[in-house]
Amino acid sequence: MFRDLQVLEGKSLDISSARSLPGCSLDRRSFLKCAVASGAALGLGELAHPAAGIPSEVGQQKQDDARFTVEAKFYQKLQNLKIKCKLCPRECTVGDRERGYCGVRENRGGTYYTLVHSRVCAAHVDPVEKKPLFHYLPGTLAFSLATAGCNVNCKFCQNWDISQTRPEQIPAEYAPPQRVANLAKQHGCPTIAYTYSEPVIFSEYLMDVADAGHEAGIRSIVVSNGYIQEEALKTAYGKMDAVKIDLKAFSESYYRDVVTGQLKPVLDSLVTLRKMGKWTEIVYLVVPTLNDSDSEFRGLAQWVKTNLGTDVPLHFTQFHPEYLLKNLPITPVPTLERAKAIADAEGLHFVYIGNVPGHPAQNTYCPKCSRLLVERVGFTASQMLIKKDSCPFCRHPIPGIWHT
Amino acid sequence: MNQIHIASRRDFLKRALTSAALLRTTGGAWLLTAAERGAAQAKSKVVIAQDALLRGTGFTVDSRRMLSLVDRAMQALFDRDNPIEAWRRLVRPGESVGLKVNTLGGRGISSNLQLVEAICERLQEAGIKANDIVVWDRDSGEMEHAGFRVSIGGNRVQYFGTDRVDYEQDLVMHGSVGSRLSKILTQRTNVLINVPVLKDHDGAGVTIALKNMYGVIHNPNKYHPNGCDPYIADLNMLPEIRTRMRLIICDATTAMYEGGPAYKPEHSWKENALIVSQDPVALDYTGWQIIERKRAQMELKTLEAENRAPHYIATAADAQHRLGMNDPTRISTVEV
Repeated sequence: MFRDLQVLEGKSLDISSARSLPGCSLDRRSFLKCAVASGAALGLGELAHPAAGIPSEVGQQKQDDARFTVEAKFYQKLQNLKIKCKLCPRECTVGDRERGYCGVRENRGGTYYTLVHSRVCAAHVDPVEKKPLFHYLPGTLAFSLATAGCNVNCKFCQNWDISQTRPEQIPAEYAPPQRVANLAKQHGCPTIAYTYSEPVIFSEYLMDVADAGHEAGIRSIVVSNGYIQEEALKTAYGKMDAVKIDLKAFSESYYRDVVTGQLKPVLDSLVTLRKMGKWTEIVYLVVPTLNDSDSEFRGLAQWVKTNLGTDVPLHFTQFHPEYLLKNLPITPVPTLERAKAIADAEGLHFVYIGNVPGHPAQNTYCPKCSRLLVERVGFTASQMLIKKDSCPFCRHPIPGIWHT
Repeated sequence: MNQIHIASRRDFLKRALTSAALLRTTGGAWLLTAAERGAAQAKSKVVIAQDALLRGTGFTVDSRRMLSLVDRAMQALFDRDNPIEAWRRLVRPGESVGLKVNTLGGRGISSNLQLVEAICERLQEAGIKANDIVVWDRDSGEMEHAGFRVSIGGNRVQYFGTDRVDYEQDLVMHGSVGSRLSKILTQRTNVLINVPVLKDHDGAGVTIALKNMYGVIHNPNKYHPNGCDPYIADLNMLPEIRTRMRLIICDATTAMYEGGPAYKPEHSWKENALIVSQDPVALDYTGWQIIERKRAQMELKTLEAENRAPHYIATAADAQHRLGMNDPTRISTVEV
C-alpha cells in the first residue's frame, strides 16, 4: 500500500495549480481528496484513497509498518508494562498493547512508540496567510503537512477526517525529514508548516523535519492547539521559527465540553512561548452561542494584554458548521466585528477578522498612524509596504518577521 | 482475487424485509434484540456453562467438548431440548450473521477458535449459509495473531477485519459518542453475535460484552477517559449496534483478573466456561463478579478499591440507556 516518496526530479510543479486545488478551504468531504491529489502533485507518491466498500486481499495499511514506528520521546515507564505519556497535559496512562487518547502512540511491551513518524497523510503548498500567520513572511509559501491524529476532540473540527482517526485508517505516504526539506526547497517554500491535524502528537517527526529543514535553509512553523506539556513544548516548539496557537475559548467549561481539553495548559503554553521569544499569533474561532459573549472576548483581550503584550496578533475567525456541531449557524460577521471592537478597545494593536473574504479587518494597519501596511485578498498578500520592520509613513516599528 | 461481498443498500433492505416478514409469520417473539429483551423481561437470564475437562489433559480446548458446552449453554438459555432448536430461536435462514470476536490479546486471551467454529457449525445447521457468516474484528492482522485464518470469498465462513472494507464515511452519534461504524456491521450483517472474552481492563475495570463494541468503531481511543463512562453505554445505544445484537457468548475458557487488556499469563486462569445471555448488561455484571471473586481469591483489592470499578455497567442500565439489568436480584443466573 505504501510507496516510497517520489520526488519528481527534473519536473517543474505548477505551484499555482497546487494551491488552487479544490478543497483548499479544507472542507470535510474534499479534504482527503485534496490531500491525495496535492500529495501526488507535490511528489509525495501516490496517496491512494481506500476504495469505499471494495474489499482487498491485503489490509489497507499494516499497523506495524516499521518505517513509521519510532520510540516516543516524552513518556515515563511504569510498573506492569504500563507507561505514562508526558507529551500533553492529558498524561494518558497506557497499558501494554494500547494507545493513548491521540490514537497514534502505542505501548508495545512497556515501550511507547509514535506510529506517525514520516507518515504524511496530507501535504499542500499553502500561502502562509492561510495558517493564518499575518506577521510572518507575508506573501510566501509554506510546504504544509500533517499526520493522522489529535490530542483533543473539538466538536467543530474541520479536518476530523484526519485528526480523529488512527493512522492505519487513512492513506499516507512515507516522507522522511530530508525528503520534506528537499521538497520544500524544490517548490520554492521558505517554510515548512506542521498543520491541519495536531502537530503536538507528531512532535518527534516535527523536530526531525525542522532540523533537516534548517540545514537546508528552510524555516519551520507550527499550527497547534498549544495543549502540550512545558518540557515537550520547549523541546519540540523550540525548533520552530513561528507558532500559531488555536485558543479555542476563554473558559474551562468550553474546553471541557466542546474541546475535551483544558484551558489553563494552553494559556501556560502561550506564556512559555512568549518567554522563549517565539513569534506567536493567536486564533480564536468564534462559535455562535458557545464562546461569543462580550465577557469572554473582554477577558481574553485583557489576558493577552497582561500576559503577552499588545503586539500579539489576535485573529477572530468565522465558524462553519462541521463534524459534531452541525446544528449551529455560521458566525455572523457582526459578532466577529463585536469581538474585534472589544479587543481593540482593550488596547490590542493587531486584531484581525478571519474566514471572511474581503473584510477590511484582514489587513494590517499601523497602530500609530493607522495607514494600511499589508493588504490581503483571500489568502494572498496583495500589497506589502512594511520596510525595515517599520511603518514607511511614520517609522513606527511593526512587530513580526517580515522578510526572509 | 476474492472479493468480500458488500451488499448494496437495495439488496440489504430486501434481505431485511424478507427476514422481518419471516419473523412476523412465525410469531417473532425472538425478534427483540438482546438489549430490548433484557429491558422487557422481569429478569434477565445469564447462563454459565462450565466444563472442567474442556481441555482434557492438555492446553488446547477440545472441539467436541466445546460444541457440547455451547449446546448446553444455548439449550439452557432458550429452554430447549435440542441445540438446533435453540439456535432457530435466534436466527432464520437468509439472515447474515456477524460474530464480533475480540482478538486484541493475541493467542493468549482472544475469542477461542474452537468456540467460534462451534457457533458457526450450529448456525449453519440452523439454516444460515456459510458465506452469510462473518467472523470479524477491527483488524485482520490481529485476528491472525489470535489464530484465525483470514478467509474471503467462496462458499465458506468469512473471516476478515474491518481493515479490509473500511468504516462508513458518515458519523453516527449518541450522547458522548460520534463515530464511524465498521461496514461489516452496517453492510454485511443484520444479526450480531457478540463473542467477547472475560478480562480485566486497566482503565475500564473489566472488558466483556459492552466494551467489545469498541472494536466496531474507528476512534475507540477517544472513549477511554473516566473509565470509559458514559462512552461504552452511549456507544451501545447506537441503533446499528442495538438492533443487531441478539446474543452474547462470552468466552471464559481463559480469563484474566488483572493486568488487562493485553495478555498477562501470570494474571490469567482457566475458567473453562462460557457465559451466555441476551442481556449485555446482565452478562457484564455477572462477568465482573466472577473477576472480583478471582481477585479476592488471589488476595487482590477490589476494582472499586483500585478506583477502577466498571461504573459504565450501571450507566448502561440507567433510565437514559436501559440496555439491560445490573440489579443482581433481577438477574437469573443458571449454571449448567
